[in-house]
Parts: sequence; structure tokens; C-alpha cells
Amino acid sequence: MAVDIDLHCQNLVRRFGSHTAVNRVSLEIPAGSFFSILGPSGCGKTTLLRLLAGFDRPDSGDIMIRGRRMNDVPPNHRPVNMVFQHLALFPTMSVGDNIAYGLKRRKVAAAERRRRIAEVLEQVGLAGMETRFPQQLSGGQRQRVALARCLVLKPTLLLLDEPLGALDLKLRDQMKVELKNLQKAFGTTFVYITHDQSEALVMSDRVAVMRDGCFDQVASPEALYREPATPFVASFVGDNNRFGGTLLAKEGELAQVALANGHTVSGRLAGSSQHSPLTTGDRVDLFIRPESLMLGTPAKGHCTLTAQVRTTLFDGANSRVEVEAAGERGYVRLPQDGSVSAPQEGSSVTLAWDPQLARVFASEAS
Amino acid sequence: MRSTSRLSLWLLLTPFALWILLLVLLPHVQMLRVSFQVRESWDTLAFGVDQYRNFFTESYYWRTFLRTGVMSLFTTLITLLIAFPVAWYIARLARGRAKGWLFLACLVPFWASELVRTYGWMILLRESGLFSAGLQALGWVDGPVEMLYNDAAVIIGLVYNGLLFMVVPLVTTLEGMDDNLVEAGYDLGGGHATVMREIVVPWAMPGIVSGCIVVFMLTLGSYLTPILMGGKDSAWFTGQIFTQFITRFNWEQGAALGVLLLVLSSLIVWLGLKLTGQSLRKVMG
Repeated sequence: MAVDIDLHCQNLVRRFGSHTAVNRVSLEIPAGSFFSILGPSGCGKTTLLRLLAGFDRPDSGDIMIRGRRMNDVPPNHRPVNMVFQHLALFPTMSVGDNIAYGLKRRKVAAAERRRRIAEVLEQVGLAGMETRFPQQLSGGQRQRVALARCLVLKPTLLLLDEPLGALDLKLRDQMKVELKNLQKAFGTTFVYITHDQSEALVMSDRVAVMRDGCFDQVASPEALYREPATPFVASFVGDNNRFGGTLLAKEGELAQVALANGHTVSGRLAGSSQHSPLTTGDRVDLFIRPESLMLGTPAKGHCTLTAQVRTTLFDGANSRVEVEAAGERGYVRLPQDGSVSAPQEGSSVTLAWDPQLARVFASEAS
Repeated sequence: MRSTSRLSLWLLLTPFALWILLLVLLPHVQMLRVSFQVRESWDTLAFGVDQYRNFFTESYYWRTFLRTGVMSLFTTLITLLIAFPVAWYIARLARGRAKGWLFLACLVPFWASELVRTYGWMILLRESGLFSAGLQALGWVDGPVEMLYNDAAVIIGLVYNGLLFMVVPLVTTLEGMDDNLVEAGYDLGGGHATVMREIVVPWAMPGIVSGCIVVFMLTLGSYLTPILMGGKDSAWFTGQIFTQFITRFNWEQGAALGVLLLVLSSLIVWLGLKLTGQSLRKVMG
């Protein structure tokens, strides 16, 4: 099935002096999808977004929107709108005027303008707020005005620069779901950048994990979580425990790893095991998620590791036990359904896991 | 505890209270009183509005008054038009050290007194001055050109004197503007003119109004520049006041003219605030 591609980037490069902020990035975003770019601060994601919006120009590479080359098109002529990190609502204009600004630039007649403003405000749940000023709105309401101001123009591409960063946690969780719903309702292609992995995982159809100006992996949220392509993705997306060691043996797709304290554990080799370049004796890292670690009697085929309990961190459904094993600190999920009792601080516990759920990567030189 | 904090409050307030009372309120009340005095004989005084009637019947007075007001408004406008790009550059484009240097460059002329600054302009503009000589050397004019003693020269001098007082508040407001606001303006489809008109100017309005108020008041009340650069015929209202007080020794008339000037400047400032929808507190705060 042929899918329309809204945004196509080819080998984008943007340098600042000797620093390459965006390094040969290529991407393709199908129409109507929610695409996130996830990365730590300073990874170049904001620079990439500014290239797409037209505030900055790539040193090389092409930006194509719906097949039209955009490199030399100024921001006010691109079918792209942006929701800024601090929203950038015009403080001297009312909510209605903020939304009308873009429509006026397109010479939409006054009556039609009023109708479309009322309609878009209704869609974002702010019906009848036209005459308010941005300063009189709550954080969540301002967010919606910023969205409405862009969506009313029906852009091909909506860029969002961490717009939820300024909200408190509860509101942020709520807005995540709402953004996703709005995106579905409008059918606009969203490009969302964030450093918050939970935002990216909850909302996106596809996520690109960015580091040092490059994409490490582009995949669906679930694939990122379950099959991280690089140790960086494994540790950046979701919580993860890392144990360093050396590769003892490879058995099919499984690897035996000797940890620093001499324990032998196993996990699945990341990527396709046939082409794994790892050889016996290489430095490797084993990643295992907190929820894959089990306390208590190991099941058949699971590998085990003895650990010391340091403390219990109670956080409702996210409660964890902090442990130390093989010289590394790790976390184990502590189910709150009564199946496991919280272990004593300082006691010894046995951690067990299914080797299929652990991932083994070549250790990154650091 | 309470009484000591009371005391310190009064001590802190005293210089301010003295300032307002002795230097602002008392002289003005006194001037208002003098302006209504009518000297009947060498030792008898009566009260009346003779001086004010003189102002309205003697066309030279009110014509000068109007001319001063209109030229001051014009000067303020020119100052704003010149200062805005300068302030924009300093606030938005200049970075680090360059910013400091540019600000300093705006300040440097004010190290010299108004008198010296004005003489500087006279050296440039007079018949035997630099510009005249330059034009002759280029062969664009046949003889010496007198560029002083006309309204344009007066306005040049006044704009020059007011520039800093316009640049400073503009830089302050423009510096506080988020880059993203301008970018959002372009992003939503606006061109340069639209972004300037719809976003930058409304944002800078408090700075624009505050700069205009200061420059207007300075210009309206300036004395040296119009006299020196405009010559005998400059017909600036402060010149009239000077003449009444010093040359004619007619303090009553001088005081009445002074009161009228105060009324004019207050009126225009009030009108300006009303028209732009700004409040004095917002503009000066």
C-alpha cells in the first residue's frame, strides 16, 4: 500500500563551527502519523526542528514536504507550523486575535475567520474563550491555544518543541493523552521533540532516538522498548539495569556473560545473532528491565544473580527495590499485588530472569 | 520594634519628601500665585487674569506656544524613527562586548554639556563650517552655505539631545522580548512588515511611550539648543519665558507663560497615554 509521505529528509547536516549539531539525518514521515524525536538535551533535536520550520538552513541535504523541496522557502511560506517550547502566544493579543493572526495573513474574510476560530476553540475544549488574554489562562489552556493557533491553519506538518515541559506532572500526563487524541481527530502529521521518553512512548506512532546529531534507532515505541538497537537506546528508553562483563560463550542467539564478581548470567544477543560481530572475551553489557527481574525462587531455564538489598522505594504501582549486584546498582520492580513481600534492607536476595528478556551489547568505549 | 521601623521609614522618606516639597511643589505653587498677580501700583498688588489674557490676545505669544508644541512633537517622532533601529540592533542583534560598546557610543556625547554638544553642531553647520567647506570642495555649491539658524537645524540639535533618552527605554523593552515571539510571527505566515506591526511594536509600546514622554518633555523645555541653533528667530517658548523674567523683569507674565507650558506638556502626555492605551504606571514602572 502506498502511503503519502509528508516529510522526507535526506542527509541533513547542520554545523556550528566545528560542532556538528545535525549529522546526516534522513527520515521519512507518513501522512497523518505522530512522529517523535527523543533525545537528551544537546543532541541536536531542536536544531533539526528549526531546520524543518525554516528558522535555520541546513549546510547540506534536502527537506521535502509533500514532494516539494523546502530548503529555500522562508518560514512564513512553508506549510509547517510550530508550537514553541514556551508557546510564544502573543501577549498583546486576545486568544481570538492570536488564532486570527495566521488566518488574517491568509486573507480569510472576517466572518469566516470568526467561524473557524470558534470551531477550533471548540475542538480543543476552549469554546467561548476568544476574548480572554493569554495571561489569564492556566498552563493547560495556554497549551491548547498554542495548538489551536497552528491547527486552524491546517498545516501539512505540525512541529512541537517540548511544549509540555513547563506543565506540572499531573497535567502533563493528561495533556499527553489529549495531544494524541487531538492528533487523531485533526489527522495532521505531528513531529514532536522531547527528552521525556514517557511522552514519546505514549503518544507516538514512531520514535527516533537521537544522540550527538544522529538517529540511533527509528522504530515504534514498543520495538524501541523491546528490541533496542544500541546500548544508548536500551538505557535511554525506559528504565534499565546494566551489568558489565565479558562474553564467555555464544549459544545460538543467547550469550553467556561473566560479570565482574565471577557470576555467569545469560541474555539474548542484540540485533540478529548470526551477524553479531562479538567474539568470546569481548567486553559486553547486559541490559535487563526492572520488571523482568524476579525475586524469589527461580523458574526453570532462568538464570540467577545474588544481590544485596539496599533499600525499598515505595511508589505505588512503580515500587522498586534498589539492589547491588556484581558491583553495580540495579532496580527490581516490586509488585504490589501481594505476590512478593518487600525484602529486608541489607538482606541477600536472588534475582532471576528469563535470558530471552535480557539484551547483550558490545560495551561502548567510554 | 514597631516604632523603630516607623522611624526608619520616616528617615528614608525625608529626602524624598523634601525634594518634592521644596523643589517641586513650593516653586510651582509660588509661580502659580505670581502668575495671577496684577501690579496696580509700585506697592499694591491685586489678583487677576491679566497675564493670561495677554497670552491669548497677543498673537506672538500663542503662536510661539503652538509652534513649540508642534515642533516638539515632530522632534519626538523623528527621534523615535531614528532610535528604533538603533535600539533594535543593540537589543536583538549585537552580542556580548559589542552591545556594551554600542551602548557606550550612545552615551559618550552626554559626557559633554548640552552647550558643548550644541557648539559642536554649530561648528559643523555654520557658514564657515565643515559641511559648507566640504560641499564647496566637492564643487556642489558655489559659495558658503549657511545651514544654521533655521528650523531644520533646531530639530537636528534637539533630536541629537533626545536620542539617548529614547534608545534606553526601547532597548530595555526590546531586550525583554522572547525571540520565539518573532519566530512565531513568521511561522504563522507573517512577513517582515506584519511581524513588526502586529507583534514587535505592540510589545515595545511601553518603551516607545516612555521614551516619547521623556524626549517630548526635554524638547519642550529645552532652551539652549533652540536659541543657539535657531538664532534670533527661533521663537521657542522657553525663550519667551526667559525674556519675561530676565530682560523685561516681568515676573508675573513669565510665571503665567511657565504655567501654560506646564499645562501644555501635561496635556500632551495625558493625550499620548490615552491614545496608545498605556498607563503611566506601566510605562514608567
